[in-house]
Parts: sequence; C-alpha cells; structure tokens
Amino acid sequence: MQLKQLSVFMENRAGRLAEITRVLADAGVNIRALSLADTSDFGILRLLVDDPDKAIRGLSEAGLTVRATEVVAVEIADRPGGLATILALLQGSGINVEYMYAFLERHKDNAILVFRFEEPKKAAEVLREANIKVFTAEEISKL
Amino acid sequence: MILNETYECMTPAARHELQSERLRDTVRRVYENVKPYRRKMEQAGVRPENIRSIDDLRKLPFTTKDDLRDSYPYGMFAVPMKDVVRVHSSSGTTGKPTVVGYTRYDIHEVWAEVAARAICCAGGTPDDIVHVAYGYGLFTGGLGMHYATERLGATAIPVSGGNTKRQIMIMQDFGSTILCCTPSYSLYIADVCAEMGIDPKKDLKLKAGIFGAEPWSNEMREEIERRLGILAVDIYGLSEIIGPGVSCECHYKNGLHVNEDHFYPEIIDAAKGTVLPDGARGELVFTCITKQACPLIRYRTRDISTLMREPCPCGRTLARMGRVTGRTDDMLIIRGVNVFPSQIESVLIAIEGTEPHYEIVVDKRGVLDELEIKVEVSAEVFSDEVKRLEDLRSRIQGEIESVLGISAAVRLVEPKSIPRSEGKAKRVIDKRKG
Repeated sequence: MQLKQLSVFMENRAGRLAEITRVLADAGVNIRALSLADTSDFGILRLLVDDPDKAIRGLSEAGLTVRATEVVAVEIADRPGGLATILALLQGSGINVEYMYAFLERHKDNAILVFRFEEPKKAAEVLREANIKVFTAEEISKL
Repeated sequence: MILNETYECMTPAARHELQSERLRDTVRRVYENVKPYRRKMEQAGVRPENIRSIDDLRKLPFTTKDDLRDSYPYGMFAVPMKDVVRVHSSSGTTGKPTVVGYTRYDIHEVWAEVAARAICCAGGTPDDIVHVAYGYGLFTGGLGMHYATERLGATAIPVSGGNTKRQIMIMQDFGSTILCCTPSYSLYIADVCAEMGIDPKKDLKLKAGIFGAEPWSNEMREEIERRLGILAVDIYGLSEIIGPGVSCECHYKNGLHVNEDHFYPEIIDAAKGTVLPDGARGELVFTCITKQACPLIRYRTRDISTLMREPCPCGRTLARMGRVTGRTDDMLIIRGVNVFPSQIESVLIAIEGTEPHYEIVVDKRGVLDELEIKVEVSAEVFSDEVKRLEDLRSRIQGEIESVLGISAAVRLVEPKSIPRSEGKAKRVIDKRKG
C-alpha cells in the first residue's frame, strides 16, 4: 500500500516554514508527519497529512510548488534494532531507499518509518511478505 | 495573405530605384526644414545633391537618441505643427523622454500600412478579431496595432494592458483570434489561464500572437506556442522610426521582414560606426524614407541584430532582420566580458521545462563583479529529492558559465517570488551603480 506524500519547495529564509504551515492550518489540514531536507539556499518540506488533496489545493492556491510522491509507511517496535532489521531486509532484496524519516505512534510503543523508494510497489510487497505492518492511507489519516 | 504585393514582393532593382527616389526626396526635405539636420550635413560636408541613390546613404551622419533629446520636444520635426496630427513619446527610462510626431499621411499611409502588413504576416485577414493588449497612450504599441487592425479591415478589441483576468474573459467571450502584447505578458496570460482553470487551446479561439516590444528567444516562442496553442511571431518597431510594424516575421519564422520601402535598414559596428556586410551582427540603423513629420536619417536604434537578403519562401522579397538579441545599452559588462540577458534566457529555456522567470543580479564583492541568477522552480522541474534539485541547479549554472565564459551563481527560488511585469520585463538588477 502506498501513501501520498506532499513535497513543497521553499526558500531557506526566516519565517517561511511558519507561513507554509499556516496555509495548511487555514485549509483545515492536519499534519501527520513531517520532514525537512535543506541546503543553504532552499529546502524541501515533506509532509504526510490527513487529507492530501485538500492540502495540494491549499498550497497551490497560495502559489507554492507542490508535488505528490508515493511513499511507504511501516510500523516497527520502538526498541534497539528495530530500524536495522528493516534496512537489512530491504538491502537483502536489492531495494534502494531514496530517503526516510521516522515518527512515534501515539499511545503505543511503536515507531512509524516513512520510506521513499524508487519502486514503492515492490518494496511494499517485500515488507508485507516479511510480516511487517504497512500502513494504508486511511490508517495514516486516522492516527 | 500578403497585404501589398506591389511593395512587399518587388524585384531588387525596382526597390533600389524606389528607395533612391524616396531618399533623395527625404534628404531634401530634412535639409530644408530641420535645423539640426542641416547643421549636421554642413559639418559633414554633404549637400542634398550629393545623395543620388540609396547607396549614398553612408555619406550621411547618424542620428542618435541624444539628438532627439537635444531638440526636445519638437526640434526634429520637418513639417509645421499644424500638419502634425499626433505625437507619441518613448518611456524615458534612460533619461528625458523623446517625442515623435505624425502627419495624417504618416499615420494612415505609412504606419497603419506597415503594421497591417505585420498582421497579415501572422496569418491575419479581415475576418480576424485582434486583441490589442499593448498599452494605449504615449507608447506606440496599442494605437499602432489598433490602426493596423482597422486598416486591414479586421476587428480591433482595444483592451490595452492590465487586468489579466478580465483580458482572458474578453478573449473567451469576444472570440479573440490574434493576440498582440509583449512575449512575457503572453506567458503571464498562460499562467493566469492555468490559475483560472482555462485551457487556452480549448477554451480560447486564439490562432496567432504578434509579440514585440522586448527581446525574446526561440525557446520562449516554443513555450508560448505550446502553452497557448498558437503561432507566435516577432514584431519589431520603435517610436523614433514609427512604432510597431517596422518589421515582422511571417509564418516561416526565419527573420523579420523589414518594410524597407519605408525604412531602410543598415547594420553597423557600434564602436566604429562602419557599415557591416549582410549576415554580420551589429547595431541596427534605420532611415525613414517616406515619413513627413519626423523622418530620421540613419537613426541608431541601439538594438543588436543582423540582416539577410535571401528570398523568403513566403514570396516577400523584403530584407529580413534577425531577432533582436539585445541592446547596446542592455549589455552588461561583467568582469570585462559582454553579457546579454538573452544569452541567459536561452540557456534557461533550453533546459527542459524551466519557465523563463528569472532575474539577473550583478553586484560587486570587493573589486570583483558577481553574477547571480535567480530561477523560479516550476512544478515541471520540482523534485522531492534534494539531489535532483541540486543537479538541476548545477546544470543551469554549468551551461550559463559555458555560454558566457564567466562564473555565475544560480539560486533556485520559489514560484512567483520574482516580480512580474505586465509591460516590459525587468530582468536585470545591477547593484554596482550608485
């Protein structure tokens, strides 16, 4: 199962992140997970939200460049070795990770990892076959 | 269709004779009626009878923008004010404005005629509805294309500049088929169409666009043609010579047909003032050989172009000028190297999908000039991976450096962060001055 992640291009300047998150707030969009990749000049804000389509509309109307990409979110136990196990599994199947970020699940002892793969479908299959929980869009939205 | 085959398809010999006769008449008129011209000719030791044919043109001195400023406002007029029915003026962005005058003959028999030829060059006929989105006023763009449309017998929509949403609504409702505006404004119209959810190819009836008043590139043409679904041709003109219609491309898009039965073109070496052979790049110079009110002799346009005289497949035998690639006064000298904004634009548009929204910033760090180019990241080139955006940035930087031969810093910026203009694009910020 793949999820729709939104990426937003932003210039690296004071207050810009606050402005962009304000746009999402005004559109009534709730952020589930967020990661920021940056260089000295620009950044890419990556977001999982409860309603991606609504978020795309809001961000585009505010004049921002938004792109939707497919990512895979999986659940792992929040203890030493949790991530290492998954990465070893992916490496063994010849699947490359473009980038990833993690967040903790509320009221549970689990962490959620968000992966960007070159081949998200294949990666999701491999993970599911190894009995790793892969989230659906609906589950992410209800977290 | 060709509006005036007699003049547009003349044999070279017949045209030479016509031009010679018209030049003789013009030189006599300016010598008798325009004091600055009589003075210049006396200083150069030339008398009207020394000018027998168009080949003698190079004996005459040049006219510059400064000559017009020195005789501001009406000192270059060759007719009494009672015969002047209209004046236009340049914007004066580089000093005092210059003023030009027109007699009734100049407006109807020269200007409307040549600009109507331009509409025909773009495929226009009396059945077309021409959307004139150039400003109406002292600037020649709006009224020039307006009179041209009426002269052709097509329908003019005198919408003028600004209020883009309303413009698009009018295009949709009134069925505009030909758009006249600056090339950068046509892309702005495409942007606003996208914002409004309008597909110009399906929802508008546009078939052609006649774009001018600022330098643009073939890559920009391709983008305009693709996004608006039209034929885009380049029109050239300047108020000092007449306004839009001095020259225009036909659908073969291989140079702009110069209406040389009215305006005789030359290309000169800008530094030496010598006439260059056909094909050489240099400053474009025009001599008005039919105008009555303000017939300028060898006027230095400061525009950089070339001239070609091989026949065009469209049937017109008029000389063609290359696309204007810059201005002698737009040229930036960065670390001793001549840089034209158009060179940077070509690189940007050639890199797939990059919209030509950019800004060139020149500054000094210590004693060294620094060149920075801000490029907006459009949805087409945006990636969620830093690596790809860094690749894009360094590719643009590498290509600009290889074209210009000097180092440049490229910075990716957010869409719409560079100010848009609805008239002429301001692409260069030079912080070294003042």
